[in-house]
Amino acid sequence: MKKKSLGTKLTAAPYLVWSAIFIIVPLIFVLVYSVTDSQGNFTLQYILDIGKYKDVMLNSIWLGFIATVISLVISYPLAYIMARTTANVQRTMMILVMLPMWMNLLIRTYSMMIILQDTGIINTALEAIGLGKVHMINTEAAVVLGMVYNYIPYMILPLYSIMSKMDHNLIEAAEDLGANKFTVLKNIVLPLSLPGIASGFTMVFVPSVSTFYISKKLGGNTFSLIGDVIEMQFKSANNYNLGAALSLVLMVLIIICMMVMNRFTGEDDDGGVLI
Amino acid sequence: MGDNVIIRLQDISKKFEDEVILDKINLSIKDKEFMTFLGPSGCGKTTTLRIIAGFLEADSGQVIFEGKDINNVPPHKRQVNTIFQRYALFPHLNVYENIAFGLRIKKMKEKDISRKVHEMLELVNLKGFQKRNIASLSGGQQQRVAIARALAVEPRVLLLDEPLGALDLKLRKDMQVELKNIQKRMGITFIYVTHDQQEALSMSDTVVVMNGGKIQQIGTPIDIYNEPKNAFVADFIGESNILDGVMLDDFKAKFSGAVFQCLDKGFAVNESVDIVVRPEDVDVVPVSEGTISGIITSNTFKGVHFEMIVDIDNFKWMIQTTDYYPVGTRIGIQIEPDAIHVMKKSEYSGMFGDYSSFSDELERLSDVEQEEE
Amino acid sequence: MKTKMTPLSKFYVALIMIFLYAPIVVMIIFSFNASASTSVISGFSLRWYESLLQDEGTMKALTNTLILAVSSSFIATVMGTAASVGINTFRNKRIKQLTMGVTNIPMMNPEIVTGISMMLLFIFCANLIGKKDALGFGTMLIAHITFNLPYVILSVLPKLRQLDKYLPEAAMDLGCTPVQAFFKVILPSISTGILSGLMMSFTLSLDDFVISYFTQGPSFETLPIRIFSMTKKRVTPDMYALSTLIFITILVLLVLLNVAQARGDKKMSNKLNKGGKK
Repeated sequence: MKKKSLGTKLTAAPYLVWSAIFIIVPLIFVLVYSVTDSQGNFTLQYILDIGKYKDVMLNSIWLGFIATVISLVISYPLAYIMARTTANVQRTMMILVMLPMWMNLLIRTYSMMIILQDTGIINTALEAIGLGKVHMINTEAAVVLGMVYNYIPYMILPLYSIMSKMDHNLIEAAEDLGANKFTVLKNIVLPLSLPGIASGFTMVFVPSVSTFYISKKLGGNTFSLIGDVIEMQFKSANNYNLGAALSLVLMVLIIICMMVMNRFTGEDDDGGVLI
Repeated sequence: MGDNVIIRLQDISKKFEDEVILDKINLSIKDKEFMTFLGPSGCGKTTTLRIIAGFLEADSGQVIFEGKDINNVPPHKRQVNTIFQRYALFPHLNVYENIAFGLRIKKMKEKDISRKVHEMLELVNLKGFQKRNIASLSGGQQQRVAIARALAVEPRVLLLDEPLGALDLKLRKDMQVELKNIQKRMGITFIYVTHDQQEALSMSDTVVVMNGGKIQQIGTPIDIYNEPKNAFVADFIGESNILDGVMLDDFKAKFSGAVFQCLDKGFAVNESVDIVVRPEDVDVVPVSEGTISGIITSNTFKGVHFEMIVDIDNFKWMIQTTDYYPVGTRIGIQIEPDAIHVMKKSEYSGMFGDYSSFSDELERLSDVEQEEE
Repeated sequence: MKTKMTPLSKFYVALIMIFLYAPIVVMIIFSFNASASTSVISGFSLRWYESLLQDEGTMKALTNTLILAVSSSFIATVMGTAASVGINTFRNKRIKQLTMGVTNIPMMNPEIVTGISMMLLFIFCANLIGKKDALGFGTMLIAHITFNLPYVILSVLPKLRQLDKYLPEAAMDLGCTPVQAFFKVILPSISTGILSGLMMSFTLSLDDFVISYFTQGPSFETLPIRIFSMTKKRVTPDMYALSTLIFITILVLLVLLNVAQARGDKKMSNKLNKGGKK
């Protein structure tokens, strides 16, 4: 029996080796690069340089945060409606929500750009009815809109998943005990959906903060997020060490945010919220 | 029932992380016998079964199958098959394919497989079910498929691990009869594990009562009931009043402040013993005619009889009668010599057999705990 | 209690759906535009689809993307399924938590960090063996396998946990060797989890841009990378045509997947019934 289970355990070995080499080691590389210079000597210069990018960093987190909150506010009622409707409608709506998610991010963002641009359909329509153009592209608002548009399915799905599992009897029991609709929402639905909120929050916040394509297309050249700065170090400036240092800080910031979030979710080892 | 031994367990011991689960189990199982391991949860009965099946290896001791040591034979090469607690039917296969599974492994011809599967379906009364999905079957039907699947490969010994535990009471009783019939018809050895004493008594040829990793008693159901070896067995099997007593001489026992005639002998003079009196064996008589007397503290109607708790000399007895006596009545008690069973003192003395804290509800609660285990 | 939606709910749902689909609809409409404009519709035409099909670079990128998606999702599914079987037998809680923690990293880490971290490793290794242009199919394959693995494990592992733990024993009891028990009983029982892991890996790999972007080389261009370089300049509507085709493909795939999942069990039992009869 012992021998048998040892044999079974060994089937995990290739994966364990793989994840050590291609998950752990690369992260060590990020760490090493961020505290060495291009000659490989130890230096804290790049870590200290990050101060220069404080504003970009804070702006990224701020915009990511706004996008996440907007997503949450929009998604919450939708998820609630979805969870309460008939099974067939639920399934159809799931597909409808997921479908854009499987579309390429670049394409989606590019279409958004087309819609928002000065000669795009919104402005064409506004002009046609005599309201005049509104400049939308290359603003922070456009970037936030792009983030919300691209990542909102990641908010809807975990919220929906947790609300559909919620026992409806609880709501009826609360109403039975004299709670009004608002009290039910505040005292029953909201606390029970916290894990869904937390996981939706991370799933929107992390890619929003670290994006570089959305800001490039919708924010224009005058505007950059932390993702753009990192991308630049690796793709044009060739300053890997600074790029690594920035990535390290980004990672640490996100880990802190996730730890705060995980206090709501408690145990977190099923990926059930993904789909 | 043949007399030749098919499986012998020799000094089987097993520990899980320093906890002794089995402590030197010795046992002979005869061919074509219906043997039951009976005991509370955690007594080691399932572990013993899994060692026989080959899913567990004993730390020491030997499993001997028809004279050959099979310690190192893997489960798939042993001539024993198992009915698992929750049946372990293969969810991706239908009824037919579940039953045919073992036969396909044996690479039997398709024609023979078909014949065998139909024979088995008939045996367990599931004709016409071959195409059904496992998930669409009721618990009782799944149980039957599990039996058919195990019997299809023609094992010499069938191991059944609490097979009826998940069924409701009525179905359980029907299946008990049916299992017993199947065993007789197939003429193979059944080793059955249960914590339900009624089940053990009504089905088995031999009952092995286990507790704390040790065998407490081996015997026929009648022996086990009438001649329990110690207070544990007496308490676990049926209801018993277990009293402290002294053997004054052969055939003469003293307990509850009186001397009774009994059928037991061979104890030392004035030896301390445990006395067992079954509740149904107590005769209620007018106080003047009783050897001893007591006051009824509670009385519950059970259908066939009344079940009274009677305080005799500060010891709470359980007594069953068909006549009604109101609570508070003083009644006389008489006990026939053959209703008294004398046991040597054991580690279990004084632990069981007093009904002072007895209530139906508590009994039920402890049953639930056992089943949840 | 499952109810029909109120008019207010319907209106709300409709608004969100418009938000989600407006850019996609715009893109589909302009893919059939007769002119190259992205604001004025001047007539229906299939010219952008024609020019797309004649664009060798795009077709090559499409082939590359499919090769990469098929190979990385297949390898990740095999490795991930084996890993799940092993992880499922881990008894030590610490080791289990550590393994699952590492598994979660590629899912939770920002993609850009995963991308650059692997890029650093690859470039370091390339310098070690003195090769200049090491980035290409190989490095992308490794990267894609790596980010696919967690999704496979997270869809297979729960299926294994749900299985009756006595199933393998039951199979061995009926004469299977441990290896036979795995292939005849365990594997078919978790097949839905394996399939959904495979599908998820495949679509993720098909769709990935960020990680590919950092681990790619000029020798191997995938579709998302090509789209990226196309959107750097002002784009001609053949990219809309391409996107429309991708959208329709994904739509079909998703619907098929859903239907397959719904009918999975039924189909399987039907097939086996036939097997039993023959």
